[in-house]
Amino acid sequence: MIKTPQDLKYTSSHEWIRQEPDGTLTVGITDFAQEALGDIVFVEFPQVGREAKAGEAVAVVESVKAASDIYAPVAGEIVAVNESLKDAWEALNKDAFAAWLFRLKPANPGDVAGLLDAAAYAASAAASK
Amino acid sequence: MLEQTVLNGIHREAGAKLVDFGGWEMPLHYGSQIEEHHAVRRAAGMFDVSHMRVVEVLGGDARAFLRRALANDVAKLAAPGRALYSCMLNEAGGVVDDLVCYALAGDAYRLVVNAGTGAKDLAWLGRIAREGGFAVEIAARPDVAIIAVQGPEARARCWQAFPALRAGTEALVPFASAFFRDWFVARTGYTGEDGFEIVLPGPLAAMAWRALARAGVRPCGLGARDTLRLEAGLNLYGQDMDESTSPLESGLGWTVDRRAGRDFVGRAALDASQPTRALRGLVLAGDGVLRAHQRISTDHGEGEVTSGTFSPTLARSIALARLPAAVAPGDRVSVDIRGRRLAAVVVAPPFVRQGKSLVDSHLTQESRP
Repeated sequence: MIKTPQDLKYTSSHEWIRQEPDGTLTVGITDFAQEALGDIVFVEFPQVGREAKAGEAVAVVESVKAASDIYAPVAGEIVAVNESLKDAWEALNKDAFAAWLFRLKPANPGDVAGLLDAAAYAASAAASK
Repeated sequence: MLEQTVLNGIHREAGAKLVDFGGWEMPLHYGSQIEEHHAVRRAAGMFDVSHMRVVEVLGGDARAFLRRALANDVAKLAAPGRALYSCMLNEAGGVVDDLVCYALAGDAYRLVVNAGTGAKDLAWLGRIAREGGFAVEIAARPDVAIIAVQGPEARARCWQAFPALRAGTEALVPFASAFFRDWFVARTGYTGEDGFEIVLPGPLAAMAWRALARAGVRPCGLGARDTLRLEAGLNLYGQDMDESTSPLESGLGWTVDRRAGRDFVGRAALDASQPTRALRGLVLAGDGVLRAHQRISTDHGEGEVTSGTFSPTLARSIALARLPAAVAPGDRVSVDIRGRRLAAVVVAPPFVRQGKSLVDSHLTQESRP
């Protein structure tokens, strides 16, 4: 059963986004994505401080099957990456919503409103199956 | 419409992730490819490889015909039951397919060929038989299923599941096979581990699969089969060699028997050729994953990854790569991974055999970034 928590925002490219109290966005890959990728063995993180455009590829998730780009959900600056995943990449398969990848400070906080909610993402993911 | 093996329903019940594999709907994994990989290295796993095609060569000229059709020499098969790995070449010396040839009683042979190449192989074998005037019957056996049981405990678990099998198969040495009633049991495989490949009537396959599972054999998908064969340094047809590559440039020179007096298909081209490339192993020094078609820079020119993966046993990335022949094991090369140039060490495959790393000397601190 694929999980889609209600309190998160999503992209059609299978990233989840959580709005933090300090205004930054925490970004990870969805349960649907980890299921499709299979065992994850490495993530190429973005440089902290990098400015990304909306939809720009900023990270790469490598699984036993393939390499997959991870996109910035909105424009902004990368302010942190999840170093605790290093050499424990299987955490992404075990709980994709706990194993975040990077934090982003949005250039325009209002851009978050354009992201998908859980219902819209679930419909989008079902259609991409 | 994808073809299905007789075990398709069992794979679905078990929650397998099914994918298109050479036109066949096959299990990629049943949950975790890495756990399945470790099960084969540490205990026992089983693979449905019924998509592979079984072809029998019968008739008075069978031996002479295969000595013409195959690059390895079936004359080496000293007794019924013995098996041999071989390439089948085209006139240009390119690889039409790779296969295992088993000698049966009465000068008959059984070939196990790749799934995606079965029809092409039958046509090619038929043409060689016609052109050479060989009196042979070439018969496909779509009625059988194949279960590969692999791992250090594979044989013991087979005997636990089927006690009657033990007497007739305990004495089998590697690359030997025997019939037990209508089951054909071979001590062969594609993982670098001990084990059996069991060819049995299709209607019995589901019963056998369930009995093996009850004996503690873990169902494994073709994803784990790929990481296991790559660690074992075994080529995959269509990826590491094909009709445009010579076996001499694919790490398969040892399977080509060029002793005097045998004119096999492709021999003249091989004899006239001077290989300039070689298939070698690569171990990535740092993080990242080698993948097929990545470009490689060496001191002697460019090369290309033919198969790359993450090795669960070594916990780093490994690959087979076609490199200029002058590049030797121990050399450093760099691989272009999405625009980054990452360091890798050239090694002689296999990387892993019977659970043990064979490339530890290349994995020192010094080779890490």
